[in-house]
Amino acid sequence: MSGLAARHPVGLAAASAPVWIALYLSLQPVADGFVTLLGLAPASSSTEAVRFFVYEVPKVLLLLAAVVFFVGIVRSYFSPERTRRLLEGRSLLGGNVLASLLGIVTPFCSCSAVPLFIGFVKAGVPLGVTFSFLIAAPMINEVAVVLLAGLFGWQTASLYVGTGLVIAISSGFIIGRLKLERYIEDWVHNVPTAAEGQEDSPLSVRDRVRTGFDAVHDVVGKVWPYLVVGIAVGAGIHGYVPEDLMADLMGRSAWWSVPAAVLIGVPLYSNAAGIIPIVEALLSKGAALGTALAFMMSVIGLSLPEVIILRKVLKLPLILTFVGIVAGGIVIVGYLFNILL
Amino acid sequence: MTIKILGSGCMNCRTLEQRTKEALGQLGISADVEKVEDYQRIASYGIMRTPGLVIDEKVVSAGVVLPVEKIKEILLARRSGA
Repeated sequence: MSGLAARHPVGLAAASAPVWIALYLSLQPVADGFVTLLGLAPASSSTEAVRFFVYEVPKVLLLLAAVVFFVGIVRSYFSPERTRRLLEGRSLLGGNVLASLLGIVTPFCSCSAVPLFIGFVKAGVPLGVTFSFLIAAPMINEVAVVLLAGLFGWQTASLYVGTGLVIAISSGFIIGRLKLERYIEDWVHNVPTAAEGQEDSPLSVRDRVRTGFDAVHDVVGKVWPYLVVGIAVGAGIHGYVPEDLMADLMGRSAWWSVPAAVLIGVPLYSNAAGIIPIVEALLSKGAALGTALAFMMSVIGLSLPEVIILRKVLKLPLILTFVGIVAGGIVIVGYLFNILL
Repeated sequence: MTIKILGSGCMNCRTLEQRTKEALGQLGISADVEKVEDYQRIASYGIMRTPGLVIDEKVVSAGVVLPVEKIKEILLARRSGA
């Protein structure tokens, strides 16, 4: 398969499309057939849990493969080097908006956060603008969007993207206004500026389609265990957690639930694939949308490992400000949704 | 030939190191392979994505875990060029 993708990417893409559609259309009948085959009693807790699991896992994997493929192609037009050129010397606000949008489409892995930070700051990208990028890039990603769209519908997915952008833009803007440049570790300024990395060589359409397949192989290969565990936990909650428990704990009436959700969410480390199916199940048991959204954003957008990595380049006051502002933004968004929706 | 793998020790960097050694082994080229984990040194190569692959102080790839075949190609090209 990977050999075929390397040699005939365009042909493979054309051949995959009808197979994908056929698989997607057969999801419901196959799941129903499976439940019947096992001879499970209809409408019992365990039947519902099994049905949820055997339907959702392949559905989400299929959606994920398709979206990751197209996002992979889109991303082949963007690189951190190019994004940096676009952001050099940008003013606040305009720069924050642009950086947050570029954060969605630029390929980013939190293990590269430090070299990326240095590359941006050394090239004269303002600190606040750099932070907008660093906040948006992990929080708004294709995996989160696909899962939200697949499990809740496109309205919730767009709501998530919109709020994520607002948080990234405003947090970066505030950090920029606070003038915290002195809290960047001193050694960062002393890094010799090497000659521009490598040049982006122009890619053919064939190369870009191949990049799409590489992305599917990479992302789906990395994310599927989280997804299976997440959906299994979600299925368990669906089948067995009593309706009212979550309404009491995470419902609209519990005012403390939003900050509590964020406090629990920040140190938790998972990716979107693991956390969203769980959140879906919590919602169906009466958790409020704002609280659930806040929990999800704090797990995905603010992670302890990333904060620890960034500590190498940021002094403590700046790290704390960064975490505080983003966490505060998430809490506000959580309350807003609980009040408005 | 000296080879450096730039990366903070995440999964991708270890995979790249492994594949580089595999490529060297298959070609029968002997080289010093050094893993660079210090951020200051990584940054001094001007890369913005890890893992980075550096051959004789020249960055040949950044942000991708190259397949063994590709690494062999690069190694052969560098060797005949040098």
